[in-house]
Amino acid sequence: MTNLPYLTLLILLPLVGSLVTFALPMAFGAARIKAVAIGFSVASFFMFVLTALQFELGTSDKFQLTENYEWIAAFGVSWAVGVDGLGLVMLGLVAILVPVVLLAGWSDIADDVAGKFFGLVLLLQAVVTGVFAATDLFMFYVFFEVMLIPMYFLIGRFGDQNRRKAAVKFLIFSLVGGLVLLAGVISVWVNSIRITGFGSFDLEYLSSLDLSLETQRWLFMAFFFAFAIKAPLVPLHSWLPDAAGSSTPTVAVLLIGILDKVGTYGMLRFLLPMFPEASVELAPIALTLAVLSIFYGAIMAIGSRDIKRLMAYVSISHFGFIVLGIFAFTTQGISGSMFYMLSHGLSTAALFLAAGYLMQRTQSSKIDDHAGAFQTTPLLAGFILFGALSSVALPGLASFIAEFTVLLGTFARYPLLAGFATLGIVVAAVYALWLYQRTMTGKPSDAVAGIKEISGREVVALSPIIALTIALGFVPQPAFDVLNPTATKVMQQVNQIDPAALFEGDN
Amino acid sequence: MGYTLAFEAISPIANAQVATGAFAYLWLLIALPLIGALILLLGGNRTNSFGPLLAVLMPATSFGFAVYLWLQMLGLPKELRSQNLVLFEWINIGSFQVPFGFQLDPLSMSFVLLITGVGSLIHIYSLGYMDHDPGKRRFFGYLNLFVAAMLLLVLADNYLLLYVGWEGVGLASYLLIGYYQHKPSAAAAAKKAFVVNRVGDVGLSLAIMLMFVAFHTVTFAGISEKAEQGSATVLFLIGIFLLIGAAGKSAQVPLQSWLLDAMEGPTPVSALIHAATMVTAGVYLIVRSNSIYDLSVAAQNAVILVGAVTLLAGAAIGMAKDDIKKALAASTMSQIGYMVLAAGLGPIGYVYAIMHLLTHGFFKAGMFLGAGSVMHAMNDEVDMRKYGALRGIMMITFGTFFVGYLAILGVPPFAGFYSKDLIIEAAFDRSIIAGVATLLGAGITAFYMSRLILMTFFSNKRWEDDAHPHESGLTMTIPMVVLAIGSVSSGFLLTYNDALKSWLAPVTGYQTPEPPIAIPVLIAITLATVLLGVLVAVKLYLKEAARVAPTDVSIFTKAARKDLYGDAINEAVFMRGGQQVVNATTAVDNSVVEGSVNFIGRITLGLSSLVRATQTGYTRNYALAMLIGVALLLLLAAIVRL
Repeated sequence: MTNLPYLTLLILLPLVGSLVTFALPMAFGAARIKAVAIGFSVASFFMFVLTALQFELGTSDKFQLTENYEWIAAFGVSWAVGVDGLGLVMLGLVAILVPVVLLAGWSDIADDVAGKFFGLVLLLQAVVTGVFAATDLFMFYVFFEVMLIPMYFLIGRFGDQNRRKAAVKFLIFSLVGGLVLLAGVISVWVNSIRITGFGSFDLEYLSSLDLSLETQRWLFMAFFFAFAIKAPLVPLHSWLPDAAGSSTPTVAVLLIGILDKVGTYGMLRFLLPMFPEASVELAPIALTLAVLSIFYGAIMAIGSRDIKRLMAYVSISHFGFIVLGIFAFTTQGISGSMFYMLSHGLSTAALFLAAGYLMQRTQSSKIDDHAGAFQTTPLLAGFILFGALSSVALPGLASFIAEFTVLLGTFARYPLLAGFATLGIVVAAVYALWLYQRTMTGKPSDAVAGIKEISGREVVALSPIIALTIALGFVPQPAFDVLNPTATKVMQQVNQIDPAALFEGDN
Repeated sequence: MGYTLAFEAISPIANAQVATGAFAYLWLLIALPLIGALILLLGGNRTNSFGPLLAVLMPATSFGFAVYLWLQMLGLPKELRSQNLVLFEWINIGSFQVPFGFQLDPLSMSFVLLITGVGSLIHIYSLGYMDHDPGKRRFFGYLNLFVAAMLLLVLADNYLLLYVGWEGVGLASYLLIGYYQHKPSAAAAAKKAFVVNRVGDVGLSLAIMLMFVAFHTVTFAGISEKAEQGSATVLFLIGIFLLIGAAGKSAQVPLQSWLLDAMEGPTPVSALIHAATMVTAGVYLIVRSNSIYDLSVAAQNAVILVGAVTLLAGAAIGMAKDDIKKALAASTMSQIGYMVLAAGLGPIGYVYAIMHLLTHGFFKAGMFLGAGSVMHAMNDEVDMRKYGALRGIMMITFGTFFVGYLAILGVPPFAGFYSKDLIIEAAFDRSIIAGVATLLGAGITAFYMSRLILMTFFSNKRWEDDAHPHESGLTMTIPMVVLAIGSVSSGFLLTYNDALKSWLAPVTGYQTPEPPIAIPVLIAITLATVLLGVLVAVKLYLKEAARVAPTDVSIFTKAARKDLYGDAINEAVFMRGGQQVVNATTAVDNSVVEGSVNFIGRITLGLSSLVRATQTGYTRNYALAMLIGVALLLLLAAIVRL
C-alpha cells in the first residue's frame, strides 16, 4: 500500500469524476448525474484520508509522499508532487469542502446544466489538488493558470445577471497576475541556469539558489503581485466582490474558500523559501497592505448592501489577517496563518452556504429585501448566526484560535501594528451582527414571509463544517501538530528566530 | 476587625495541587449545563415538554456537586486548596503553550457557588415567569449555555481559556437580550451590548498578548510567578488592558452604555446575567490578576478612578429613571463600581470586593426578580409612574424586595451593611477622595432606592385601567424568598469569624484597612448619609408621585435621564464618525479603485481586441494569453541556450 502514488491519484480521481460527469447523457437523469459527481467527491475525500494516514507527523520538514516523473526534460520540468504539513491541510480543506459544496448546491442549478456544473466543480477540485501538491514550480504555474478555466465558466455561466462582466473581470485580473508570475517563474529558471549551469523547476533546488538581493527584490515583487491578486489584498481586490457577488453561493465558497488560498499558500510555499532575504526586507510592504486590507475589507463590508458582496469584503479583511501573520515571521504568526487558511475555508463555507440557502429562497441577495427571517425560519437563522459568529472569530471557534495566534505572533514582533489590527475585532462585530440584525430580526419582509425552513439535506451539508469549526476551536492542537513543522521550516528558510520573552524567568 | 493576616504574599496558585478524587471531576460542573444547552438547542421541538425542567435540573445538579466540592475543600489545609486539572494541551506553537486546564481555588469556588446557586434559583423562577412563552425552550437553552460559559470563565486556569468563557457569556447575553427577536429595540440592544463588549475584548486580547510577549506564559500560575520580573511600564500596561476588558464586561465608564439597553431581555436574564453574575466578571478578572495589580500602583489608581466615576455615574442615573428595570440596572452599574474600586485597593480591598459581589448577588438578583414579579402583575408595565401602593396586594414580593432594599442601603444587620461599609473604610484608608466618593454614593443609593420602593409599593395608585395586580405563583416567590434570606444573612455569615477573609486570603492576600477616621465614627457618618438620602425620598415620594414625569427639571436631571449623555457621545463620535468612514471608503472604492481598474481594463481589452480583431468571445482572450506566455517561455529558453 505504501508505494501507491497517493498524490497523483488524489489529482486523478476528481479528474476522472469530472470526465464521467461530463460524459453522462442527460437521459441518465439530473439527480443521478449529481449523485455520481458527489460520489466521486466523497471518494476523493476517502482518498485524502488514506493519504493523510500515510503522512508521518513530526518529520515533515521534508516533503513526504513525493513522486517525481520527468515531464519536459529540456527545461527541467517534472511532474513532482509531495506534501508537508501545509500541503496536507490544504488538501484536506479541498477534500472536505467539495462534497459539502456539491451537496449544499444540489438544487441551485437547473437540471439541464447540472451535469456541466458538477463536472466543472470536480475539474476544479482536480486542478486545485494539483496546485497544492506540486513541488515543481512550473507544474505549480501550469495548474495555477489552468485553475482559471473551470472557475471562469463556473462564474460566467451559472451566476446572476452580472455574471459575464464579473467573470471577465476575474479573468483579466487573474491573467495579469498570471503573466507577471510567468515572467517571474521563467526568470527564476534563467537565474538557476546562470548560477549553477543547470536549469530545473524543483522547489528545493530553487530554494537553495544563492540569488542576489537585487534579483530577489524583483522576483519577490513579481510573485507577491500575482499572489496578492489571488488572495486579494487591497488595492488589488476589486475583482473579488464582483466575482463572488455574481456567482452562486457554492461557487463563491470554492472561489474564496479554496481558490484564493492559493495566493497565501504560494507566499508560504514559493515566495518566502525562494526569496528569503527580499521577503524579510520587503515585509513592511506586505504588512502595510495586510493591515490596510483588514480594515478596508471590514469597513466596506459594513457599507455593503448586498449579502454576497458583504461576505466577499469580509474575506478581504480575513486575507489581511493571513498575510499579516505570514510576514510577521514568528512561529506563532506563521502557524496561525496556516491554521487561519483552514478555519477561514470552514467559516466562509458556513456563512456563504447558510446565507445561500436564504438567498435561494428569497431570490434576492439584497440586504434590504430581508428582514425578520427568524420568524419564518428560526433554524436557518441559527445557522446564519453561527456563520456570522464564526467570521467574527468568536472564542470557542476555530476562527478565534486562528485570529488570536496570528495577532499574538504579530504582536511579538510588531506590537503597535498588531495592537492596531486588534481593533479589527470590533469592526468585525459590527458587520456580522448588523447583518444578522437587519436580515433576521424585526418584522418579516415580503420576500421572507412564507419561505420554507431549512431541509434535511441542507442541514447535513452544513453539519460537518460546523462540527469541525467547533472541534478545532476546542481541540486545535492536532492541526498545529501538522502545521508547526512547516512553520519551523519556513522560519529557517527566511533565517528568522522568535523573539525571546521580554523578561527572562525560565531558569 | 481584629483579624490580621498581614499581606500573605505566598500564593497557592503558584503551587497548585494536581486535582485528585472528586476534584478530578470538576469539569462536570461545566459539562452538565452545557449538555442541557445542547439538548435543548439541538433537540428541537421534541424537547419542548421536558426541556425547561431539564434546564433547571442541570445547574441545580452542578450546584449540588459544587457544594460537595466546597465541603471537601474546607476539609483541606489552606495551602492545598488550589486544585489544578489540566485536561489536555490546548495550543502549543513554539513558546506559546496553553493548557486546556481548570483551577478550582477559594476564589473560583466562591463564584461557582454563586453562579450555580443563584443560577438555579433564577432557572426555577423562570419556569413561572416564562410559562406562557411559546419559545421558552430556546430561552432555557440559552440560560444553560450562559451558566456553562460563566463557569468556564471562573474555572479556567489561564487567561486564554478564561477568554472563551468571557466571550461565551457575552454570546449568551447577546442571545438573551435579543431574545424577543421580533422587537427591533431588543435586536439593537443585543448588538450594542456585543459591540461595546468587543471594545473591552480588545483590551483583554492585548493584555494576553502582552503577557505572552513579556513572560511567555498566559496561565494564572505562570503570571503570578513571573510578574515580579516585569518592568513597571509593562505591568501598568497589562493592568490597563485588563481594566479595559473588565470595564466592557462590567459596564464601567466609559464602556457602560450597553447595560441599560440590555434590560430589553426577559427579567430573569437581567437578574442573573446583568446583575448577579456576568457583569461581575470584570471584578473577578481584576481580583484574579492581583499579582499584576499588586505590583503597579498606577494601574490600581486607574482601577479606583474607573470604579469611583462609575459608582457615582450609576447612582446619578439611578435617581432619574422611571423604568424600574433601568433604575435597577443603573444601581447595578453603581454597585459594581464599588466592587471595582475595592478591587483597585489591592490586598486591602480584594476580599471586600468579592464580599460585596456575593451579597450584591443575593440582594440585587432578589430585587430584579421582585421587579419581574411586579411587571408580571402589571401587564409587563415597567414605568414606575404607573405603579404605586402595591405593598398590600403583593405581600411576598414587597417583603422580599424590602429586605433587598435594606440590604443595598447598608442598614445593619442586612448584608450590604457589612460589605459596603468595609469598602468605605478601605477606600478612606487609600485616599480621602475615594472615601468621599463611596460615602456620597451610599447617600445617593439610599435616595434612588427609596424613590424606587416608594413609587412602586407606597404612595398613590397610578395604575393603567386594565391592570389587575396579583401576587405571583410559588415558582416565582420561593426563589425570591430564598434570595431575601441571603440578603439578610449573607453579610453576617461572610464576616462571622472572618469567614470570607480567611477563606480568600490565601489567594488574594489581605491587609487590614486603617482609615484616618475611627471606624465607629465612619459607620455613624455613613448611616447618617444614608438616612439623609432616605428622608429626602420620603419627603418627595411617600404621599404621591406624579403619573407623568415632570418636564421642568434641572439640567442635572435631564442629563441623568439621558444616561449622562453616554449614548449621545457614542452616537456623535463613533456611530456618525464610523458612518462617515464607511461612506468615504465606499466612495473611494467606487471611484478610485474601480475607476483605475476599469481604466486598465479598457486598455487591456482594447489591446486584445486589436490583436484578435476578427474573433469574439472572452475565453479566447485567455487562450491568447497562454499562447503569448508559452511563446515567451520558448523565446527565453532559446536565448538562454545561446
